[in-house]
Amino acid sequence: MSTTYLEAIREGLWEEMERDPTVFCIGEDIGEYGGAFKVTAGLLERFGARRVVDTPISEAAIVGASIGAGLMGLRPVAEMQFADFISCGFDQIVNFAAKCRYRWNAGVPIVIRSPSGGGIHGGPFHSQNPEMWFVRTPGLKVVCPATAYDAKGLIKSAIRDNDPVLFFEHKGLYRKIKEDLPTEEYTVPIGKAKVAREGRDLSIITYGAMVWTALEAAEILAAEGCSVEVVDLRTLVPLDRETICASVRKTSKALLLHEDTRTGGMAGELAATIAENVFEFLDGPIVRVTAPDTPVPYSPPLEEAFLPNAEKVVEKARWLFRY
Amino acid sequence: MSAVPATGAEIHNAAPAAGTPDAELAHKCLYYMLLMREVEDRIERKLYRQGKVVGGVYVGRGQEAIPVGSALVSQADDVLFPSHRDMAVFFIRGVSVRRVLAQYMGRVDGVTRGRDGNMHMGDMSVGVVSLISALAATVPVAAGAALAMRYKGINGVAFSYFGDGATSRGDWHEGVNFASVQKLPVVFICNNNQYAYSTPLHLQMACTNVADRGPAYNMPAEIVDGNDVLAVYQATVRAAAYARSGSGPYLLECKTFRMTGHSAHDMAQYVPKELFEEWGKLDPIVRLEKRMIDQSWAAQGEIDALHAAIAREVDDAVAWAEQSPFPDPATLLDGVYESQ
Repeated sequence: MSTTYLEAIREGLWEEMERDPTVFCIGEDIGEYGGAFKVTAGLLERFGARRVVDTPISEAAIVGASIGAGLMGLRPVAEMQFADFISCGFDQIVNFAAKCRYRWNAGVPIVIRSPSGGGIHGGPFHSQNPEMWFVRTPGLKVVCPATAYDAKGLIKSAIRDNDPVLFFEHKGLYRKIKEDLPTEEYTVPIGKAKVAREGRDLSIITYGAMVWTALEAAEILAAEGCSVEVVDLRTLVPLDRETICASVRKTSKALLLHEDTRTGGMAGELAATIAENVFEFLDGPIVRVTAPDTPVPYSPPLEEAFLPNAEKVVEKARWLFRY
Repeated sequence: MSAVPATGAEIHNAAPAAGTPDAELAHKCLYYMLLMREVEDRIERKLYRQGKVVGGVYVGRGQEAIPVGSALVSQADDVLFPSHRDMAVFFIRGVSVRRVLAQYMGRVDGVTRGRDGNMHMGDMSVGVVSLISALAATVPVAAGAALAMRYKGINGVAFSYFGDGATSRGDWHEGVNFASVQKLPVVFICNNNQYAYSTPLHLQMACTNVADRGPAYNMPAEIVDGNDVLAVYQATVRAAAYARSGSGPYLLECKTFRMTGHSAHDMAQYVPKELFEEWGKLDPIVRLEKRMIDQSWAAQGEIDALHAAIAREVDDAVAWAEQSPFPDPATLLDGVYESQ
């Protein structure tokens, strides 16, 4: 039976809670209601209110309490109802959780799950991709799974990790994609990218929901004789520079794609990584396809214009292919 | 047990705290208050001026009764979240004076191995969590530690320390509210020293007392003479018993006065001189020593000998800390993550 991206995350949470009594969930509306997106549905009935903690609308308290519990040897999994609200817990994440180990050698084994991304007409406060706020904060790990398989394997690894992990779930993928998952237990290591499609002529390096956009574009380009390799980063911190560089060495052309806005986006770090390490292999300029530097607009034609899609990727890729 | 508005004068004119604490407790309180005073004096007036302590220095001069009277109530399983004027918490929990001085001097034997300075230190092996500079950030973290203790079936209490200014922050209200909703075992301990940097209380909050905030969270709140270490001790005994019983959090507002600027570089010219004079007469160490002599718990000679012994202890610790090496720059990248 196929498992959706959302169900895969729930399965990962469920299995880890069964396996390890120190794992618990904490967040807004996650108990009886099962979470705004129903990721935690059924957990309260199975594990009880001790391990599925409904909180007031207090993101700083959710993250802060998770840190306190983590310092005490528990493994909290905090849910931000929408990734956009993570800013309300920002100080706790970037100043408290991120710096504990470096400052005083105290591990903070917490996971902060955040539904991110657009395409659901959520408007400026229910659609953002805030991963870069955390990518540039040493001490945090940042995970952005694209598939149901990876979502399950990575949430399990995140829970077992002894450092704070920001886990961005693309809400547009929750019920849109599904696949058959292994019946036996598995995890996916944090920090390893994956080649989602092999190709020779051009690399599209991306993550999250944009992996699917890249694959759609690759299919169109294949019909035109352009063989595209798609690299799914899976984890932004730690960044798998080896896989990125290996792909560029092979194809000599790099198109960097993300749904997040342009300036200070992940593509900048990827471009620098490529320029520093495999410059002599490049046969063309490094190209970015990203959202523009605006808030995420609400009205459908505006949001469509904002979000990268296969058409925009194909157009840039054609130009780069012919360069 | 709701808040009882009181002025500083009313508090200090009130009758001595009920009960008869024994001489042993008084001796312990005096030792830790004197130790904190001596270490901080040495840091602020010697090592900082000599350039051996760099950056910011914040002391709790005149406020020693608060960390001492409260932390002495803590039990082995309890977890404490000291703020930046609570140095004695570290000594009471067993962190050595040597390591604290090495911390201030940025040495490798400091509690954070030179990664952070001043009171920014913690050690989970003795149940002390490090503060961060954004004050009140530890308040929700303390609530989480209390949640974890209940989760694990440990009958412990979290001691959450903060100043009057911190109670204006959202983190404070979120943490206190969550602790109250969940009935978590937290003792919230406010050092109300009447100034947050240069901001006086009337620009900090519209209520008269920090304790007035308690009823809004259905939380018992008590105003304590923060310059009477035995009163702080007894109030903390009540608060910790309440929290430990599963009844929920408890707020102690310890009224005191910041006898310095915010930090070593702040001359505090914005504080009326007469306030320093008035509160200087209420010094918690002088008061305890007088009480010990009046009650025949100690002779003047014993107290003088204690002063001398502490000075020697701190001399030794300073010498030890100065021998400790600075951290090797080659270790700069270590420890950002468990495995790099």
